[in-house]
Amino acid sequence: MSLLKVEGLTTAFKTSRGEITAIEDVSFTLGEREILGIVGESGSGKSVTALTIMGLLPNPPARVASGEVRFDGKVLTRLSDTRMQKVRGSGIAMVFQEPMTSLNPVFTIGEQLMETLRAHERLSPRAQRERAVEILTRVGIPSAAQRLGDYPHQLSGGQRQRVMIAIALSCRPRLLIADEPTTALDVTIQAQILDLLMDLRDEFGMAIMIITHNMGVIAQTADRVLVMYAGRIVEEAPIEALFERPTHPYTRGLLECVPSLDQDRARLAAIPGTLPDPARRPRGCRYAPRCALRIEACTTAIPPLLGIEAEHAAACIRAIPA
Amino acid sequence: MTPLVDAVALEKHFASGEGALLARRAGRLRAVDGVSLRIAHGETLGLVGESGCGKSTLGRLLIRLTEPSAGAIFFEGEEITRLSTKALREKRRAMQIIFQDPYGALNPRMSVEDIIMEPLLIHGAKRDAPTRQKVSEMLDLVGLPKHARDRFPHEFSGGQRQRIGIARALVLRPKLVVCDEPVSALDVSVQAQIVNLLQDLQSELRLTYLFIAHDLSVVKHISNRVAVMYLGKLVEIAEKRELYRKPLHPYTQALIAAVPVAHPANRASARAGRVRLPGDVPSALHPPTGCRFHTRCPHAMAICRAEEPKIAEPVAGHHVACHLIGPS
Repeated sequence: MSLLKVEGLTTAFKTSRGEITAIEDVSFTLGEREILGIVGESGSGKSVTALTIMGLLPNPPARVASGEVRFDGKVLTRLSDTRMQKVRGSGIAMVFQEPMTSLNPVFTIGEQLMETLRAHERLSPRAQRERAVEILTRVGIPSAAQRLGDYPHQLSGGQRQRVMIAIALSCRPRLLIADEPTTALDVTIQAQILDLLMDLRDEFGMAIMIITHNMGVIAQTADRVLVMYAGRIVEEAPIEALFERPTHPYTRGLLECVPSLDQDRARLAAIPGTLPDPARRPRGCRYAPRCALRIEACTTAIPPLLGIEAEHAAACIRAIPA
Repeated sequence: MTPLVDAVALEKHFASGEGALLARRAGRLRAVDGVSLRIAHGETLGLVGESGCGKSTLGRLLIRLTEPSAGAIFFEGEEITRLSTKALREKRRAMQIIFQDPYGALNPRMSVEDIIMEPLLIHGAKRDAPTRQKVSEMLDLVGLPKHARDRFPHEFSGGQRQRIGIARALVLRPKLVVCDEPVSALDVSVQAQIVNLLQDLQSELRLTYLFIAHDLSVVKHISNRVAVMYLGKLVEIAEKRELYRKPLHPYTQALIAAVPVAHPANRASARAGRVRLPGDVPSALHPPTGCRFHTRCPHAMAICRAEEPKIAEPVAGHHVACHLIGPS
């Protein structure tokens, strides 16, 4: 049985230009210990998907217009705020892109870590301290006992992200959602954090949902991948299949437009055009205006996700099965 | 042949805490510390390094947007370090910059036409038909539609705004363009358009680029040579294929190894072969003694802690500052 099951999820926002759907009809599952990558560019809906699962979007302006999120048998989209609070932390934890703004600048990292421990578990102050040191050490903070009294500004960006991961891990969640966890970090630190996440999965047996715009981060970590574009899933595949047999023209474009260290290209295969404005999305396939394979039928109806091979589906009427 | 740019022992120190409310203690931050490099006519020199290494400061020093604390800059053989403001303004025609943030770099109250025209007006042009014609040519050159001229920056996407920034930088027909992280803020699918545009413009207008970025793949793609900085020092510089195939400095090796794999099949081997750099970049306010990289270097020896390595040239055109290599 899957740990997380998202079905037909549509999240809408009230804006001055009317109601806009940030994600539409998003369905997927996530198994125990699985690392699911969600890749997409700005406006793809990848972060809104995560925040909807976490119940962290304020209503209004946001609302779940349809669909449901099922985690460990419970329908999260129907839980009260108090009960959802219990799920956050011990069931699902989240790590954000900007570790500076996610930490409270006026409390020490020890206080922030122990606050989370207290909220979910009854522990003596001494046991809290010991657990905090143990977790910080595990995520790679050197001389952790001495660092408990440090304030966030005294840490480097990479260390702050480690502290965020420590806080997320402190209640032993079964699912960790990491939203662009390495985007603000330098490349050598990014490599350390990605390695850490993979080690933690192996060690604690939790599932991880990693959200990124970077195909390299996906290639480095994910077992299975969802590709999102303009609020919809356009392709879903196991990691090898996605890189070996990318099917949606957008996925192929994404893989080809970035230069790689392994090969030299005289020219990059750029995707023409720009990402659609969420308030003025094109009719039919959202990618059609930028797609080289576009035919008239592409602009009349939104293509459904169709299976190509086992566990591999693409939302494209021009997709040629492998 | 005289290089277009010849920088000799450039230094830039900032008084730390200057003007800051919470100045903790006075110190000197050596953002750029004794960097010498040359840029040939028509080449693209890539400049990489992690945040705080001084790469952006170096870019600004070369065109004197920031005043150097010491050292000299020669542009087409002429020293520009001591030029008067007026003489420098004349030189600026030949040296321009493209910024990372296409949102912050454009005045939101100016129309696209005014933005692109401004450098021409500063350099004495009149608001007349020929000047407007130049704006039209620039719009065309960077791939913006004609009707863009009367619109304002907020009406454009990030990629289009970067095109406006490029048009403004190139309207004076400069020789050198410092590209400071020009694609880092853009969506992946748009990055490639801008990289291609920069390459097209380079061959069409015979431009020389200093391309500053933290993305090693993009730098490899666009550059002829690549320079690597660490904590204010230039640690390695070489022709790009040479640098990526045979990086000599342990820091360069670690940087390249840290780039995420392009294909999941290489995941395990990349991870096994990765030199894991312990810890973070030390503070530039209190840089380590000797070689600044020694606190993170897997090969650090006694001499590395005591003595700063000199730049050696073990292979023609390949310069590196490391005690493991060359005369020590």
